[in-house]
Amino acid sequence: MQIFDPTIFPILAADGLTNGAVYALLALALVLIFAVTRIIFIPMGEFVVFGTLTLAALQLGKVPGTLSLLLVLLGTAALLEAFTWVRRGQTARGLLTLVGAGLLGAALWALTVWLVPLKPPLTVQVLLTLLLVAPLGPLVYRTVYQPLQNATVLVLLIASVALHLALTGLALVFFGPEGSRTPPFAPGNVTFGQVTLSQQSLLVILVSALLMLGLYVFFERTMPGKALRATAVNRLGARLVGISPSSAGLLTFTLAALMGGLGGMLIGPSVAMTYDSGFLIGLKGFIGAIIGGLVSYPLAAAGALLVGLIESFASFSLSAWKEVIVFTLILPVLLWRSLTTRHLPEDEE
Amino acid sequence: MTRSGSPAPARLAFPARTLLMGLAGAVTLLLPLVLPLFQVTLLVNIAIFAIVAIGLVLLTGILGLTSFGQAAFMGLGAYTTAVLTTQAGWSPWLTLPAGLVVTGLIAWVLGLLTLRMQGHYLPLATIAWGMSLYYIFGNTPALGGFTGITDIPPVRLFGWSLTSPRTFAYLALLALGLVALGAQFLLSSRVGRAMRALRSGPVVAEAFGVNAFRLRVQVFVLAALLAALAGWLYAHSQRFVNPTPFSLQAGIEYLFMAVVGGSQYVWGAVLGSALITLLREWLQDLLPALIGAQGNFEVIVFGVLIILTLQFARRGLWPLLERALPQPGARLLPQRARLPERALPQPGTPLLQVEHAVKQFGGLRAVNDVSFELRAGEILGLIGPNGAGKSTMFNLITGVAPATSGRVSFAGRDITRLGAAQIHRLGVARTFQHVHLFPDLSLLANTMLGGYARGKAGMAASLLHLERGEEAALQHEALRQLERVGLQEQAFTLAGNLALGQQRILEVARALASDPTLLLLDEPAAGLRYGEKMELAALLRRLRDEGVTILIVEHDMDLVMNLVDRLVVMNSGERLAEGTPAEIRANPAVREAYLGVDLTEDLAGGAA
Repeated sequence: MQIFDPTIFPILAADGLTNGAVYALLALALVLIFAVTRIIFIPMGEFVVFGTLTLAALQLGKVPGTLSLLLVLLGTAALLEAFTWVRRGQTARGLLTLVGAGLLGAALWALTVWLVPLKPPLTVQVLLTLLLVAPLGPLVYRTVYQPLQNATVLVLLIASVALHLALTGLALVFFGPEGSRTPPFAPGNVTFGQVTLSQQSLLVILVSALLMLGLYVFFERTMPGKALRATAVNRLGARLVGISPSSAGLLTFTLAALMGGLGGMLIGPSVAMTYDSGFLIGLKGFIGAIIGGLVSYPLAAAGALLVGLIESFASFSLSAWKEVIVFTLILPVLLWRSLTTRHLPEDEE
Repeated sequence: MTRSGSPAPARLAFPARTLLMGLAGAVTLLLPLVLPLFQVTLLVNIAIFAIVAIGLVLLTGILGLTSFGQAAFMGLGAYTTAVLTTQAGWSPWLTLPAGLVVTGLIAWVLGLLTLRMQGHYLPLATIAWGMSLYYIFGNTPALGGFTGITDIPPVRLFGWSLTSPRTFAYLALLALGLVALGAQFLLSSRVGRAMRALRSGPVVAEAFGVNAFRLRVQVFVLAALLAALAGWLYAHSQRFVNPTPFSLQAGIEYLFMAVVGGSQYVWGAVLGSALITLLREWLQDLLPALIGAQGNFEVIVFGVLIILTLQFARRGLWPLLERALPQPGARLLPQRARLPERALPQPGTPLLQVEHAVKQFGGLRAVNDVSFELRAGEILGLIGPNGAGKSTMFNLITGVAPATSGRVSFAGRDITRLGAAQIHRLGVARTFQHVHLFPDLSLLANTMLGGYARGKAGMAASLLHLERGEEAALQHEALRQLERVGLQEQAFTLAGNLALGQQRILEVARALASDPTLLLLDEPAAGLRYGEKMELAALLRRLRDEGVTILIVEHDMDLVMNLVDRLVVMNSGERLAEGTPAEIRANPAVREAYLGVDLTEDLAGGAA
């Protein structure tokens, strides 16, 4: 087998680990969202796409369409929120919400429109991208999922698929059908003996590892992190001790959008991202998440790395069948899970 | 038993609805003749897509399982006929069964793999499988790659080639009509009731003898077969196939059709198919002009539309329309034969024996070495404070969660390792602590679910309505049981309209419809008013006098003490005492467990 050639194998492995690290980030976000909100978040990959393509637009000195989406969602969320306040008889708070959202939107708009033509350094562009992508998470939660809070997993899943389609269509409107790459954060290569790796790959792996460590600390050491864990274990119990499921959902979706957007900028240099790449990328994260049974974080991350490696080796030897191999992989994984998971009979509502 | 109490079902509205349906059918049949050719093509597509969506109604709306892979199943049907007709020269009439066999086999294997798991794994698996199949179609040179296969021969009928959309439309509409009728038949059958019962989880369905896993696989395969039929129609209406119409995105759209139209209604699928197909046609012209670029922009509208439907009309649009239509009247089938009945055991003989039962959950022994016996013809109460292990004991007996060790036997048979469905078939019926009824169905239909295990009709017989004799027997049996519990006046009202007390009694009627020798009641008095409790107690005494043996798990001391013949008291997973109500009242250990040592109040009055 050619892939075991000593000059090729490390390159493929490094490629696989780089993409796998990003899939692992997505897998973690997916497990987190499912545990806290019971939402199977199909549009995860769209955050990745919006991350890459927003940065690419900023590189070209164009105002990204992400801004319009953000403003529309902000407006809708503010209206929903204001409506809830007014219905409770607190008209003043409702108006305050609208004014606050208006000011926030105006500030974001002004900042973006002012910064973009200046073509600021990459770091500023990255920060601006995160500022535009991360709020999409909580806004999407507020407008799409919060009204469906008591729905079944299945209804939430259908809503997720619908949201995925809508976001894909919007990405096409905003960014056009052409693929874009973003510049690497760290150009250049590192040589270990015979093997040459790009600095960007190392950076991706390093950043992903740091993010995972950060998440670990967040969940183990901070109050909001513990609140999220409590919600994941028992929603009703968490509610009884004063953790609102809505604020847990908002926080979770903020984290997920942040991880997705960052993931997009990390693999942006190695993948030609188009408006519809998100689904495949998100799905690969999903296979990892399913390997972890949608509950185990370490297993999900390991599974996602495995997906990255398999994909990398498959793309070298059987490139046309790459996707088939990756997605057919899910069937043995599901079989394995169905044989190892003990199912207690439960009343699903 | 007298037959005087059976009510006359409302029949008046029925002809109005039939008339309306007939009119709609006639207009549809005229459409291929009068519409412009392009719109006839759309009509053909609507009919074909509606067949796929009806499969999803059965699978998603009724059974509660979701598949995004229906387009892939459709592709299997389409590609099978495309390959066999163009490369092997088969007649389309032979490739149809071939496609059904291929699709059925693949769906069966996929179902075996995924349907034992929790509901949300199936949709994920179907997403992966839908993607894979798309790439397989596209990357296999023998299947024409992404360009596809052209020159598929037309379907010939009585020496007549269906080349024009106008003639083909009649084939498509005929197929849709037959499928819709079969689906309606299925939903109003024994199997259909079992499917609805499965929706709220396997515990309820299995308690009435349904093999949940097998039924899921059957419905999954049926939905796949409908998609394959649609694929065959599609291949011969387009006369060429390529991978695009069978991609995951198409699979998602079929689900959207079902959801928008109304995923619990066969006509909802037809409505959804028409709406989405026409909307797409309109948006594909409108949006690119509006945005000034080419692309599938209609998905944005579809996505938003679905989210709004889920938020504001979760049951879809058909129920809104249906409200305006005349309602179908309920019909009683003429009775031919009665269902066979079980011989009642000799009163006083041991019916249920629990010997040294242990149930271990991790480090916790929820039931620890409990033994007791239940004799035929008595009412035995199982009581104990919260956490005593009563519900666990209930689950051991009904087969919901088998014992870790020990032995449970019923009528001389060891049932320790049997599943809930098997135990039910031996003559054990139960009610639920939280009422599990179909709120949208009549009391009669609810009660008929109880008779599931006494019927035999399978999926095929139900689809073709060949089980009407058995259905009639089940209907009349259900009416008899409703009469027995005193609900016959409301036999045709919806179960959701009953008060909680009556719903509990309806659950008893449903359990009785299975002709049980042992009736298990899980906290039947919880949440009932005083009057309702008295009615329940009177009913249970009457049933005992008719020869039904009853085991009742209950908190309400007043009710239990005045109802049961004997009591078993549990505390912390162990059997604390056994005896008549008077003996239990006097038992100091029981008083201590319930009331603490110092209280001197009478137990019956104090603990209720």
